[in-house]
Amino acid sequence: MFDFGSYIDLPLIWGLLIATAVFVYVLLDGFDLGVGILFPFAPSDKCRSRMMNSIAPFWDGNETWLVLGGGGLFAAFPVAYAIIMPALYLPVIFMLLGLIFRGVAFEFRFKTTEEKRWIWDTSFHFGSLIAALMQGIILGNFVQGIEVTGRSFSGGPLDWANGFSLLTGLALVFGYALLGSTWLIMKTEDVTQKWARRVSKYVLVFVAAFMGLVSVCMPFIDARIFEIWFSFPNILLLSPIPVLTFLCFVMIARDLNTDREYRPFLLSVGLFLLGYIGLGVGMYPWIVPFEFTIWQAAATSTSQSLLLVGTVLFLPLILGYTAFCFYTFRGKSSHEAMY
Amino acid sequence: MELALDAVLLARIQFAFTISFHIIFPAFTIGLASWLAVVEGLWLKTGKTVYAEIYKMWVKVFAVAFGLGVVSGVVMSYQFGTNWSVFSDKVGNVIGPLLGYEVLTAFFLEASFLGIMLFGWGRVSRKMHFISTCIVAIGTLISAFWILSANSWMQTPQGFEIRDDGLFYPTNWIEIIFNPSFPPRFFHMVTAAYLTTAFVVGGVASYYFVQNKFREHAKVMMVMAMLMAFFVAPTQLFLGHWHGENTMHHQPIKVAAMEGNWERGTNKPLYLFGMPNEEKESTDYGIKVPSGASLVLTGSVDGEIPGLKDVAKEDRPPVAIVFWSFRIMVGMGMAMILTGLVGAFLFWRKKLFDTKAFHYWCVLMGPAGFVAILAGWFVTEVGRQPYTAYGVLRTTESISPVIAEQVALSLAAFVIVYTILFTTGVYYMFKLFKKGPAKIGDGEKYYDHSIEATFTKELTKGKKG
Repeated sequence: MFDFGSYIDLPLIWGLLIATAVFVYVLLDGFDLGVGILFPFAPSDKCRSRMMNSIAPFWDGNETWLVLGGGGLFAAFPVAYAIIMPALYLPVIFMLLGLIFRGVAFEFRFKTTEEKRWIWDTSFHFGSLIAALMQGIILGNFVQGIEVTGRSFSGGPLDWANGFSLLTGLALVFGYALLGSTWLIMKTEDVTQKWARRVSKYVLVFVAAFMGLVSVCMPFIDARIFEIWFSFPNILLLSPIPVLTFLCFVMIARDLNTDREYRPFLLSVGLFLLGYIGLGVGMYPWIVPFEFTIWQAAATSTSQSLLLVGTVLFLPLILGYTAFCFYTFRGKSSHEAMY
Repeated sequence: MELALDAVLLARIQFAFTISFHIIFPAFTIGLASWLAVVEGLWLKTGKTVYAEIYKMWVKVFAVAFGLGVVSGVVMSYQFGTNWSVFSDKVGNVIGPLLGYEVLTAFFLEASFLGIMLFGWGRVSRKMHFISTCIVAIGTLISAFWILSANSWMQTPQGFEIRDDGLFYPTNWIEIIFNPSFPPRFFHMVTAAYLTTAFVVGGVASYYFVQNKFREHAKVMMVMAMLMAFFVAPTQLFLGHWHGENTMHHQPIKVAAMEGNWERGTNKPLYLFGMPNEEKESTDYGIKVPSGASLVLTGSVDGEIPGLKDVAKEDRPPVAIVFWSFRIMVGMGMAMILTGLVGAFLFWRKKLFDTKAFHYWCVLMGPAGFVAILAGWFVTEVGRQPYTAYGVLRTTESISPVIAEQVALSLAAFVIVYTILFTTGVYYMFKLFKKGPAKIGDGEKYYDHSIEATFTKELTKGKKG
């Protein structure tokens, strides 16, 4: 039985790994959920086919990061998984149902007749929308903390339905829409691309507004978060985050008026990264806020060690062939059924 | 019967429902992926377009099945937490890493290369496409390895200790991963998946014979399906027997339920039919082969067979479900073996492609594998009751502290959504079967869909949409 527990801080490494997996998920599934959110607003059916084809080869791989997030949490912090899932029971179930409806649409849309296509277009749009909204609600509840007695959730079934969570839910919907629209700028051309540029401008305004609102609310949720952000010298060390965020917004807004194709997407990714770091800073070191730290919730070190070996071996490989897939399907997407 | 909602029962029904729905698709795709790899390999080797046409038709079926498997599988990975959080907390140290390994070594592999398998036709080289199909096939097997290891550990847990805090701690990973029931379960299940696919393929081929269309493709499909039925179905009988002996050794009460045997003893009969009665603790209306169970399970007529009365009533699984599911599974297996024998005979007499009655029979046998797999899982999972981790953690002690209404609501939602999806999925699959393989045109070259080709097309046609 190998055990690295005495050489390295396993819970910290696992906390970072899971935070990374969740972030990669948010980025990757973010752009394809975003495409789903924007789906009904596209100017034509041909555009919609192009939009769908631009993400069809990737969505399955993207969603696997969600399974890694869930599976990783179960393996590395079982008690956190055992508390968070029952606490967010309904949002998790709704999210899964949303993901089901949008996942099957990829297969069914091109197999049905044109008159019936609207069924799967609807399923794709609302599935994406609900999944995104629920993920935002889950996030909002996570940062507000969870009621715990012993090693179990002890709150009510509707604790998750509150104002702040709705705010984060909507913020994430618009955030994903921005990732989606800038992705489309990159992956499409002509009519679809022009439309995506226009949509990006609208969405950007909403993203800025919601990000501002959430940022203003955050420090007042818990004194500990306030402390982290506004004590000296933290306030100075952390000040680049809001400054860079502001810079990203300005640059995206400017890029949308030029014919740059890649930078708006990359800057949107940057925006997400900054928001995520801002959130992570406030949450550290909690895995079940404000009840269990990563060290208190950690699986036994032999379990974390075993999975760490697998992660070190396989994660680079996964990143490698994921990159290969994105490379294979580089370039602009077509509107024809692809196989 | 009490009318109040029982969260444990509801959570169990929900698990049974969602896992039963889910297992249908991986069971199909495990076999289908390997078969597609063989078909594409044959195409590369022989260059006959018939293989490419079969591949292109079935890869669409594969995509639908895989999609449904993915969406219902994501649900499974979260259900441990939502409905069985206490179980997750207690055994997370032990089976968490196994599931983690499944994601790392299989899910990403399958998901990424599936993209190339489906959308890469003509975009990557033929060899790379073939490699992608093989990787997806290997991915499905790796996935089966880990999930069956975790499941088997729940059946025959070892390599752990329970400490004062009530949590399970691993003591030996090799013992955990290669727990006693894992090897037979793995081979039994993978073989079952291969047979399931073979019978679907044979069923579709027979449908084409009956309709007298796509005969050229149907011949290839039929021969391949019958080869599987002839060689692999009997092999499965031995694997199943191995699994049964293993269960008798490690989970004797499950075997007692499968045999409908109440009193431990020798010269126990094999029930072909019977009604297990849990009240009276007997199996009524039995049609039995004297000393049959003893002979099959121990190899001798006076072998000793465990009885349900070996343990207290509250430690027994629901007998009737296990008893009946077992008979359905074995019945399907026997029908498959018979099909293989008849198929081989007809092939030898050169009548395989022209015997209408046999084709109708094969169409009927198309879904046999699914029925057998579901029945088999009911035997092993219901037979594990009343425990989640056999002998060490009871089902009633594994449930989340969620209220029954929530479980009822989500159960209702899953039933409705899955029913719609299943119907639609099956509908589209039948549509694909009906449409059949499309001819690959003479003028069409493999690279017609490549980026370079698209680019030249765009240049000659001018800009569009």
